[in-house]
Amino acid sequence: MHALLEISGLRKAYEGSGRRTEAIRDLTFSVDAGELVCLVGPSGCGKTTLLKCVGGLLAPTGGDVLLDGRRVGGPPPGMAFVFQEYGRSLFPWMRVGENVELPLRQKKLSKPRRRELVSDALESVGLADAAKAYPWQLSGGMQQRVAIARALAYEPEVLLMDEPFAAVDAQTRADLEDLVRGLWQQRGITILFVTHDIDEAVYLGERVLILSASPTVVQEQLKIDLPGERDQLHTRAAPRFTELRTHVYEQIQAAKREARPGGAG
Amino acid sequence: MKRALARLLFVLGLPALLFTLWWVASEGSTNVYWPSLRTILRTFPDVWTGERLRGDVLPSVLRLLGGYTAAAVVGVALGAVIGSYRSVRAVCEPVLEFLRALPPPVLIPVIMLFAGIGDTMRIVVIASGCVWPILLNTAEGVRALDSVMSETARSYGITGTARLRRVVLRSASPQIFAGLRQALSIGIILMVISEMFAAGNGLGFTIVQFQRGFAIPDMWTGILLLGLLGFLLSVLFQLVERRVLGWYHGRRAVTRRSP
Amino acid sequence: MSGSRDHSRSRSRTNAALGAAGLAGFLALGEAVPRLGLVSEDYFPPTSRIATALGTELGDHAFWTALGDTLTGWAIGLAIAVGAGIVAGVVVSVVPYLRRATASTIEFLRPIPSVALIPLVVLLYGAELRSVLLLVVYASFWQVLVQVLYGIQDVDPVAEETARSYGLGTWARVRHVLWPTALPYVMTGVRLAAAVALVLAVTAELVIGAPGLGARIAVAQTSQAVPDMYALVVATGLLGLLINVGARTVERRALVWHQSVRGEVAL
Repeated sequence: MHALLEISGLRKAYEGSGRRTEAIRDLTFSVDAGELVCLVGPSGCGKTTLLKCVGGLLAPTGGDVLLDGRRVGGPPPGMAFVFQEYGRSLFPWMRVGENVELPLRQKKLSKPRRRELVSDALESVGLADAAKAYPWQLSGGMQQRVAIARALAYEPEVLLMDEPFAAVDAQTRADLEDLVRGLWQQRGITILFVTHDIDEAVYLGERVLILSASPTVVQEQLKIDLPGERDQLHTRAAPRFTELRTHVYEQIQAAKREARPGGAG
Repeated sequence: MKRALARLLFVLGLPALLFTLWWVASEGSTNVYWPSLRTILRTFPDVWTGERLRGDVLPSVLRLLGGYTAAAVVGVALGAVIGSYRSVRAVCEPVLEFLRALPPPVLIPVIMLFAGIGDTMRIVVIASGCVWPILLNTAEGVRALDSVMSETARSYGITGTARLRRVVLRSASPQIFAGLRQALSIGIILMVISEMFAAGNGLGFTIVQFQRGFAIPDMWTGILLLGLLGFLLSVLFQLVERRVLGWYHGRRAVTRRSP
Repeated sequence: MSGSRDHSRSRSRTNAALGAAGLAGFLALGEAVPRLGLVSEDYFPPTSRIATALGTELGDHAFWTALGDTLTGWAIGLAIAVGAGIVAGVVVSVVPYLRRATASTIEFLRPIPSVALIPLVVLLYGAELRSVLLLVVYASFWQVLVQVLYGIQDVDPVAEETARSYGLGTWARVRHVLWPTALPYVMTGVRLAAAVALVLAVTAELVIGAPGLGARIAVAQTSQAVPDMYALVVATGLLGLLINVGARTVERRALVWHQSVRGEVAL
């Protein structure tokens, strides 16, 4: 095990007509190869900003993001992003298969290789038959599966997921959570998963990073010592699960309280 | 079967009724300006012979196509640039607003100064009238590119021409087509009156010749032919639009059903 | 969030400055190109000479008469087209089966270019106002009608059914359900029609010789008064700009209560 992703001293501030808003104060953490790490924090704590900085979509004001020892300047080919807004992230003028294939064209892969990756990715999210459909013909959950398939086909070292299931109903959400865990176990990819849902973070993660309110720092790192094989019914009913989620909950409440006195800053 | 019959009735009923009304009302007309429909239709094949089609209709259509295509290429290209850069847009906006508001036919006398009264003049007139709605709509469509789509493209390394061709212009295509449609009707107007202005050949020219020579039924056939041309071009446009924007209409229908 | 408001205000100020710079550059280019001999001044008089000619025009009584003529044809034609378009649109939508029965006819008549009627109106009315009106009304009527039809089609079936179940009559339904929903579309139709009406009014004047700015341009052209011609073209453009800006302002004012000022329907 080595640290695949290293974030050190990350800072992000927005400048706007003489006013400076500090979103991220000082973040340092690392993610090992093959690890599934969940980032959880109070709403508005800059989780999305953080993930975009990690993914190279936003330039940080200070600090470094290293992927495999190399500094991330722009979106690196080794990372794939899954956005919360699946309806706006999939291109509605392309069929499902074309959506998954487009990034591979940019990678200049051969046609047979592309076809192989696309059908493999669609199959692993359970949408082998949907390649010819348009995304908007599918349900929300299925659209997010397409977005996940696109990320998988891209063969990233790190998968960045930004509250991917915040906009789907509870049942679909449970299915998608199991899908992500399953894919992680089968494929051994590294996943950095942002969520505001404490249960989701504890259920999915091997490790949970609890973030403070904005300007953000890491409040606590928590190892999730639940068994590797998890399922919605038993895992969530397990006493250890309840303990862990209570702990995370208390930490987040504490983070909110601490933020309040200096909240305006 | 019964349903198809009803549909056919709805499609053809009113046109047939109007046609009959015109036929009956104009039958035996003695007013020189309103010849009977029977006379007009009988004159039609005599006037629009193969030679006229080749010598007048074809040049008109080709000029329209030439000017329209040039306007589409220039309009989309400039519109993409203007839509992509906020500062370029801010600089160009007042001038573009003025050029768009200029009624295109007044360009004819101006362009005649430069290009004389030949085909070049007519093509330039058509192009310079059609370009503004295309340009402005493209710029607006490109500007309105969804931020998540833009970030998706960036994060998956879709940049440069691939981004422009497969993401930016595709997402702007509904607006581009709205501009192309406005431009088409402007183009037809300019095709006709640029020919009315300066002698030569073409549909507009021929129809005015008929009118000046008091060949009234012939003039009427020309009006019918122009109407038919307008209709056909619009049908053609719709066919292309439906192909290119199938995804857009499909998605609209879906979001409408479940808001 | 006062910061973001400051930000947008300062941005709009920057934009205005950039726009003014663009306009100044455009005018300077118009001055420089003929002065440097890139294009003959006979064809393309420098900005300053066009401006002088425009000044002369503005001092000329005949110019204002022509402007008045153009505006008269535009306004009457637009008023008729808007009135007829709204009435026809509501009737076609409200009377059962009429929408389906007229769809093909509308699709056929709408794209017929109204300039095709020029020879006919010349014979019938010569260079009178009636010629202008016929062309203006034919062209702008469809813009309004089609938008009204789209607008009424957009009426929420639930609202319509609710109104029906409360026993609202046809007229009450038109007033309280159909009209408010369709209004944004109607305003869009009016805005588009206003622009089209000006194009056709000027075209009629230019081609047929009906009195107005278009006829004045034609006279300037035939008498080789190039700077005057340019000045009149600029004046026509400014009129068009005024009409566009005015129509957009009216549209926005009329719809402030509406949750969203809709974009144009891609027809």
